[in-house]
Amino acid sequence: MDFSFTDEQELLLDNARRFVAERYGFAARKHILASADGYSAAVWKELADLGFLALNVPEADGGLGAGPVETMLVSMVVGEGLLVEPFLSSAVLATRTLATLGSAEQRARWLPKLAGGELIATLVLEAGYGRDGHDAIRAAGDAGGWELSGRVPVVYHAGIADLLLVAASTGATPGEPDAVFAVPAGAPGLHLASCTTVDGQVAADVELRGVRVEKSARVGGDARLGLAAVVDYGLFALCAEAIGALDRTLATTVEYTKTRNQFGGPIARFQALQHRMVDMLMRIEQARSLVYLAASRCDDADGEERERALSAAKVLVADAARFVGQQAVQLHGGMGVSDEVAISHYFKRLLAAEIRFGSSDAHLGRYERRLSAG
Amino acid sequence: MDLNLSPDDVAFRDRVRAFLATELPADIRERTLSGTRFEAGDVRRWQRILHDHGWGAVHWPAEFGGLQSTPIQQYLFELECALAGAPIQLAFGLRMLGPVLMRYGSPVQQQRFLPRILSGEDWWCQGYSEPGAGSDLASLKTTAVQNGDHYVVNGQKCWNTLGQFADWIFCLVRTDGTAKPQRGISLLLIDMKTPGITVRPTVLLDGTPEVNEIWLQDVRVPVENRIGEENQGWTYAKFLLGHERANIAGIGASKRELLRLKRLAARQRRGGQPVIDDPDFRRRLARVEIDLLALEYTNLRMLSAPANSPSAGIAASILKIRGSEIRQALSELLVEALGTAALRFAAHPVADAADAEDDGSAGLTAAYLNLRKLSIFGGSNEIQKNIISQTLIGL
Repeated sequence: MDFSFTDEQELLLDNARRFVAERYGFAARKHILASADGYSAAVWKELADLGFLALNVPEADGGLGAGPVETMLVSMVVGEGLLVEPFLSSAVLATRTLATLGSAEQRARWLPKLAGGELIATLVLEAGYGRDGHDAIRAAGDAGGWELSGRVPVVYHAGIADLLLVAASTGATPGEPDAVFAVPAGAPGLHLASCTTVDGQVAADVELRGVRVEKSARVGGDARLGLAAVVDYGLFALCAEAIGALDRTLATTVEYTKTRNQFGGPIARFQALQHRMVDMLMRIEQARSLVYLAASRCDDADGEERERALSAAKVLVADAARFVGQQAVQLHGGMGVSDEVAISHYFKRLLAAEIRFGSSDAHLGRYERRLSAG
Repeated sequence: MDLNLSPDDVAFRDRVRAFLATELPADIRERTLSGTRFEAGDVRRWQRILHDHGWGAVHWPAEFGGLQSTPIQQYLFELECALAGAPIQLAFGLRMLGPVLMRYGSPVQQQRFLPRILSGEDWWCQGYSEPGAGSDLASLKTTAVQNGDHYVVNGQKCWNTLGQFADWIFCLVRTDGTAKPQRGISLLLIDMKTPGITVRPTVLLDGTPEVNEIWLQDVRVPVENRIGEENQGWTYAKFLLGHERANIAGIGASKRELLRLKRLAARQRRGGQPVIDDPDFRRRLARVEIDLLALEYTNLRMLSAPANSPSAGIAASILKIRGSEIRQALSELLVEALGTAALRFAAHPVADAADAEDDGSAGLTAAYLNLRKLSIFGGSNEIQKNIISQTLIGL
């Protein structure tokens, strides 16, 4: 049993952290958030140059074919730096969808560009674990191809994506997406209502009103198992991102309480605050352990084991996100509710992490349905 | 990162399983798995069997007769023993005093005491807490005054666990009343048969005399039974308490209790259906299982990869806090699964033959009461948070 990272992985982590330290400070990020695009194309290019966007592209398709640990480490740093670029949306979710389900032709066409950062893609799927699926997009097939209709709210980075990978139900299995279709931005009938998410990322409500695609636009055949695996992988990356944000949230809070003086000394000398921060630390460490476990299970062919590990991780990550986020704001006092201080931005990122890919309750439910008798 | 056991560790685990399958006596196993009360005889007998087969102290160095296993293997040993229904191994000699003797004891002390700890011939207990010295242990008042080649010890110890069975006690005493509290303490090894020692049981809330008050009146202790130097006892005491971390989380016992909970919940009925099918209960069961899974991997992280772990000092405290909380949560759920039957209190389930086939459920309420101690002893969870806070915040 070995929890250490290889030298190459440590180097990857160092590179990612150095990049964030040099290029993604609070002021730089604020500038990016206020820009018209809502993300930085320059940063995106640099992330590609660092190789981060090629991690999930198989070697055969010109990528690095890296494992879950590499995705975890970069995701953690994305969380530490509160990056708003579409690493999770494009370099994890969309890239893995194509790598898992795509034909040779589709992979050759898109994966090298995704790895190089020339193309941004996103997966259009309401990954709501336990949701009803009544809003799922429907695909009707005919001789000429497929016609797609339906609506998915708040799809991260849909508005800046060149390519939308739309998960849809062909009707063979009602309510559950069983197919993926590649839809280019600007396709007739594709309507995007842009919004900004609570954590400052660009997103859009995606509506397809009879969007026509050719037969060749379908990515793979029956996509149910593949989609489940891809979405669990995205969930894993989100959890790792949250760990990075949690680490910075606690460190920032500890630092603040050591420098904030009241009653003649730093407030960190009060036991009520000390024990609160210890509680925050313990939540983070328990969640981190399950994210490490998730890293070793998220590629599992055995869906049951994978789902159990991923849901367990999300339950503790979501609970930690809420507790640590709220307590960090509390311990910052008035500064905690100011937009001018980093902690409120971490708080909002942690709120989004709690909500995305299924709530703590939804995942406790998924875990509970897989409880073993012995 | 590879979270699978290495081939070596799998082979080790299989050897442990094979040993337990053939050598753990059925009657002992039965008593442990059915949750019946602590039996001193079982503990002695089991340690003897372990020793005879070379498993007496997997964590001790080979030069002292141990197996010198890796931390992961120590963990696996504890886990398999707990799941198989083996009794506990007494920590006082094997985990607390043993390592102190190895580090600070004289060669004579090592040769005299260590083999008898290993074989289980000597039962050790701990003389630390006093009526006025609990979390603030350094304020202890029991005195030892040197008179020729003996110390004369006077004072009172309390919350002494299982001392009624003990042959020896390791005891913190004040040898310098003028120095700062931590600087005037020595660690003495005292034969429990020495004249002047009185052991009085304290009945706990579950009705058992698990702990004792120990009165020491003009107890003469040879100076050669002092560990290390005079007035350095605080250093040894801290070493002793901070040494053990392979099993501080009690993962094995909690896994065993989780299985007990699932069996009980499948058998108990509430509102016409098995408790295990109750949606509210299932979610709480799922939550405690997730918490235990997280603790298990936190434990493994801390045992196997210092590089990616919090420092050893806070690791032990985190494991102690979460380990006790989860074990207590399991004991709560066991009582809840039992429902009204939990009201029928059986302080001595060993003798309750009527419930013999009832998977030990008669003792579950008593166990719930008894396990409140977990978050109190060995440095209360609040003290553990103070320790973590020193590293985390460092003021």
